[in-house]
Amino acid sequence: MAGDAPRSRGRLVLARLLASPGVVIGGGIVVLLFLLAFVGPYLTHWKYTDIDYTALRQPPSAQHWFGTAGLGQDVYAQTLRGLQKSLIIGLLVALLSTCLAGLVGACAGYFGGWTDRLLIFFVDLMLVFPSFLIITIVSPRLKNSGWLAFVVLLAAFNWMITARVVRSMTISLKEREFVRAARFMGVRPLRIIWRHILPNCASYLIVDATIAVGAAVMNETMLSYFGFGVQPPDVSLGTLIADGTDSAPTYPWMFYFAAGLLVLFVLAVNLVGDGLRDALDPTAAAGRRPSRRTLRALRRRAAATAAVGSRGTPPALDAEGTA
Amino acid sequence: MTTTATELLTVRDLRVDFAGARGRGTVTAVRGVDLTLRRGETLGIVGESGSGKSVTALSVLGLLPGTAAVHGSVTLDGRELIGLPPGELTRIRGRRIAMVFQDPLSAFTPVYRIGDQIAEAVRAHQKTDKTAARRRAAELLDLVGIPDPQRALDSFPHEFSGGMRQRAMIAMAVANEPDILLADEPTTALDVTIQAQVLDVLRTAQRETGAALVLVSHDLGVIAQMADRVAVMYAGRVVETAPVDELFGAPRHPYTLGLIGAVPRLDRDGGPLVPIPGNPPALVDLPPGCPFAPRCPLAGDDCRTAEPPLTGSDGHQAACLRADRLAAERPAPADVYPVPPLPPAARPVDRSRLPQVLRVTGLAKTFPVLKGTVVKRKVGEVYAVDGVHLDIRRGETLGLVGESGSGKSTTLFEILGLTAPEAGRIELLGQDTAALSREAVHRLRAQLQIVFQDPMASLDPRLPIGDIIAEPLQAQRAPRERIAALIPELLTKVGLEPAHAARYPHEFSGGQRQRVSIARALAVSPQLLVLDEPVSALDVSIQAGVLNLLQELKATLDLSYLFVSHDLSVIRHLADRVSVMYLGRTVEQGPVAEVFTTARHPYTRALLSAVPLPDPAAERGRTRILLPGDPPSPTSRPVGCAFRTRCPLYATLGGEQRSRCEQQAPALDTAAEHGAACHWGGE
Amino acid sequence: MLRYLAKRLAYYVVLLVVSVFLAYALASSALNPRAYFEAKQPRPAAAAVDRQLTDLGINSHTPITVRFGHWAGNLVVHGDLGRSIHDTSVNAEFGRRLVVSLRLLVLGSLLGMLLGVAVGAWGAVRQYRISDRVLTVVSFVLLSTPVFLLALFLKNGAIAVNQASGHQLINFTGYETPGLSGGLGAHLADWAVHLLLPTLSLALLGLATYSRYQRGTMLDVLGSDYLRTAEAKGLSRRRALVRHGLRTAVIPMSTLFAYNFLGVFTGATFTEIIFGWHGMGEWFITSIYENDTNSVVAVTLFTAVTVLLSGLLADTLHAALDPRVRA
Repeated sequence: MAGDAPRSRGRLVLARLLASPGVVIGGGIVVLLFLLAFVGPYLTHWKYTDIDYTALRQPPSAQHWFGTAGLGQDVYAQTLRGLQKSLIIGLLVALLSTCLAGLVGACAGYFGGWTDRLLIFFVDLMLVFPSFLIITIVSPRLKNSGWLAFVVLLAAFNWMITARVVRSMTISLKEREFVRAARFMGVRPLRIIWRHILPNCASYLIVDATIAVGAAVMNETMLSYFGFGVQPPDVSLGTLIADGTDSAPTYPWMFYFAAGLLVLFVLAVNLVGDGLRDALDPTAAAGRRPSRRTLRALRRRAAATAAVGSRGTPPALDAEGTA
Repeated sequence: MTTTATELLTVRDLRVDFAGARGRGTVTAVRGVDLTLRRGETLGIVGESGSGKSVTALSVLGLLPGTAAVHGSVTLDGRELIGLPPGELTRIRGRRIAMVFQDPLSAFTPVYRIGDQIAEAVRAHQKTDKTAARRRAAELLDLVGIPDPQRALDSFPHEFSGGMRQRAMIAMAVANEPDILLADEPTTALDVTIQAQVLDVLRTAQRETGAALVLVSHDLGVIAQMADRVAVMYAGRVVETAPVDELFGAPRHPYTLGLIGAVPRLDRDGGPLVPIPGNPPALVDLPPGCPFAPRCPLAGDDCRTAEPPLTGSDGHQAACLRADRLAAERPAPADVYPVPPLPPAARPVDRSRLPQVLRVTGLAKTFPVLKGTVVKRKVGEVYAVDGVHLDIRRGETLGLVGESGSGKSTTLFEILGLTAPEAGRIELLGQDTAALSREAVHRLRAQLQIVFQDPMASLDPRLPIGDIIAEPLQAQRAPRERIAALIPELLTKVGLEPAHAARYPHEFSGGQRQRVSIARALAVSPQLLVLDEPVSALDVSIQAGVLNLLQELKATLDLSYLFVSHDLSVIRHLADRVSVMYLGRTVEQGPVAEVFTTARHPYTRALLSAVPLPDPAAERGRTRILLPGDPPSPTSRPVGCAFRTRCPLYATLGGEQRSRCEQQAPALDTAAEHGAACHWGGE
Repeated sequence: MLRYLAKRLAYYVVLLVVSVFLAYALASSALNPRAYFEAKQPRPAAAAVDRQLTDLGINSHTPITVRFGHWAGNLVVHGDLGRSIHDTSVNAEFGRRLVVSLRLLVLGSLLGMLLGVAVGAWGAVRQYRISDRVLTVVSFVLLSTPVFLLALFLKNGAIAVNQASGHQLINFTGYETPGLSGGLGAHLADWAVHLLLPTLSLALLGLATYSRYQRGTMLDVLGSDYLRTAEAKGLSRRRALVRHGLRTAVIPMSTLFAYNFLGVFTGATFTEIIFGWHGMGEWFITSIYENDTNSVVAVTLFTAVTVLLSGLLADTLHAALDPRVRA
């Protein structure tokens, strides 16, 4: 059944994506950063654990591209390793939390009644529970289970607001005629959720997941910065920034490479998310707005004709004169 | 010309371009419109959606969004308005030219009181203090017939009913006694009895201020009733303009002719309507020639080379090369357009011998009323449905008529839910829904299918239509091969092509989408099809084709329809029997011809008289029963007759008779062929 | 009305009790105050440690439910949050820290909200012009910077400014200069200088978030029918925009306010640490380091109550702004 039409819809979305500078630039940066994180380490012989006793706190050079840190670690290798970790954590957290949010939100919204009340109580509880603070208590105790446990923890406290949005989307979708139609045709609830509700929340979920990647990376670095996240000897952008903070004014390379990459990555992800929203969501007004150049051309044309028209108007017959 | 003295507003060669979205072309919504408005007259602009009629009205006041570029000339008393600096335009808006918008709910700022918004309009142009402006606002509300204007001043827009809001909108428009009132579909969002009130208020407002009225509408009936002159728009141009009687009596443009033939009429029996084939063109990169040529049965090669100009004499102009021929021959719509033959339905004499498909007796349903955000609480109950009786036999169409809030939709959902009702009894194919097992409900669903009002909303935008049509079959666990075989067959049956199965809903026009909806409903071969306002979202020319299809399917498949509509003309056209609802109750039921000619319930009579006919001569000869006010709130359950607060008959009764209306709720004789829930019905 | 208000409050109380109990249980099982005492020099006897822990109500040998019951009972009856690990009153510390934190939280979030609304609305009206694009880019960069990093950037910037000028122009440690003499004016000026950077880091973040939302709601309003009506009756564009447009576009912002509070508080925690403010957030982190269970729970209680209160406040604000939802 995959004829022209699905392709043309895909092409439409693709065309809209490519027309958005945010997606192109942001997407480009994300791809480059991934390449840097996963291919970059092979470009130098330094490992992130290596220590060069001959170079302590050296500025960037041909030998050490991003300079060296206090013990003679290669900042380039360290930064890329940190970037790798941060990227993986961000992606996994976003994936996990979005799936959870979609599931909980759709079920609460669709079934209503006690299912809804229980799930919403749980969501409210998680919201009232100062989640971020709880992570700071728990995560250092998870040292032994490694960073995957940290991922689960971050995801567990990052889905509630999305779930609430999905719930209210589901409630309004449930009253939409195509869902009603399916219900009156005898389609079973879980099938309706799977076939009609979730696909129609998909644009929101995709956009939200994109933005959640950025948020997860920010949370991860923030926690790691204060020593509650990724634990040594592993490194993430957060631990690197923490190590470099005090040296920032005097040895800026120890701080600004990690900090800069962090901001750049989150920025790029946010740009992609914003562009995706415009391209995927046909109701988002921004996607339909014309480009400025066409607008300006049209206005100029209109102004020209208007000027010609008004020249012939006798001034005595204006609105003030006759009223 | 000598007429210039009376020419108040002239529009010459108006063009409006909308900048397209990224990667899309410019949409030219208006392509060279000429209009003339004289002092005190009413000009009707009629056209289907996308014809550019609203854009024309908005561009006069410079109210189009920033994406629009307006060219051409609009002069008010000889003064050019296009290109006027914003400050100057501000002084004209609301004072010389005022506007009444389509949707009165979204047209008022939700956070301010009605009185303040009207007073603001007064103070925008007159140097008065706040109390004087408020006093003026109260006068204006009184003028448009809002009861208790002092209290209404302090109401918020959401506290008003649709009709009240539109009255307030008119009050605001006439606040500064403008020379011109622009009314953009002022009654489209309203019920027919409320529409009659609002049209009456518009006439009053026009009489009091002496303003010229530009009435934009898609409804030929409203135009026939109100306008002195009419301009018909198609694809961004005026294709015909003439005095109202001329236009309806002897149209010179095939499009006008087709429109008149496509409208079902309240005063005529069924029979096929005249559909205009095809769809209006997209207004991006139009090919040369007459834009109507692809749909026109009279079009020849000469029509496809250049767009014909608007020409003609004695105030009757048409943009068509065949105008002279139409003027000379005066054909009926069916002479020009091909009309599909409909198989005649076999009508047996005694319906009581037909098998019963649906029987509803004494159905009731209440909803809780919730209030507040800080603290949500239940403050009462809405008696949405409170005594509905329906009876449908094999092969019959029952038209269910009622205005918004009459409980039509609730009734439908109660029937479709296939569960035990709160009160009363629902029998589908002889089975009481209260006594069904889950499995039986699931099986019964195949016998009962629904077509919704909005064909865009009722089709999942993310599924190809093949999958959409397959859904009820899958729900009934039909084997895969059978589904694959059925889909092309179903598509052909509703007038689409089997190759369309892979396309998505958004690639179809409104009429085609509604055909998809019908195909989906037919997939499981139901016995009863519930049609919930199936054509009210469609343009007239498209609607005719869908109605013809429904008639044809019914005849060939021996279906029963429960056809819900607020449009009495459509019901008259399609239904065998009709059931009228008011405030959650069935007030009258009977064979369609009988009810429409000799209605027994005063509400039915008022309803029928409120429907405008697309025939100016017939319109002038009618007496209209205007119902006062709005239907009462369904949150309280009235003692006695629910209609008596607005009943014209009750108003004429003596004290003794009145007390019967007040104390005793009239019952509907459900056994009778034609019955009305009125104590004095049929007298 | 009262019954329903009571119902809602009851729901809040249940939420509060459950969440505080969970936080208490979590803190009690994850933190190890015993280690704090055992690490003292000279190492105290096990029995002495045990007694001290029992006195403070944080002895892990007592079942958690019993400990919680005792703690909660004291809180309800005496309003007592217990004693810290240093055997000082948690209540006293709570009061001290609260004043410090509120100064930062209230000012930072209010400033961020007001500026955000103004900037967002302005950007929407000037959509696609250079100024709007610049604002959009700036807010995106701000949104992509974790608050601790923003604070660090500001701090480094201040260091650079101070070095360049040779004076301590911008003071970024603590919330006042200890032992400052002089009149009220000098004290106020001193406060202002200390407030500058932490408030700025919170306000900038708020500004970025709120302005994006406000720009969106304002854009929706710009295409609305009622704005067109306002212009059609002869109001100038500017007057219509402010009186009818902006007034309606701020309504959805009230809901955002509630959801955003936790984010602001989290942000404030790190701002406090980086700028050396002894507020609630900093207290929380140090309490975790020190295994000070009661203090940790006290801060948790504080945030939970504040989240619920801001939710209530947001709903009230929503009802005040929007007559459609008014009860």
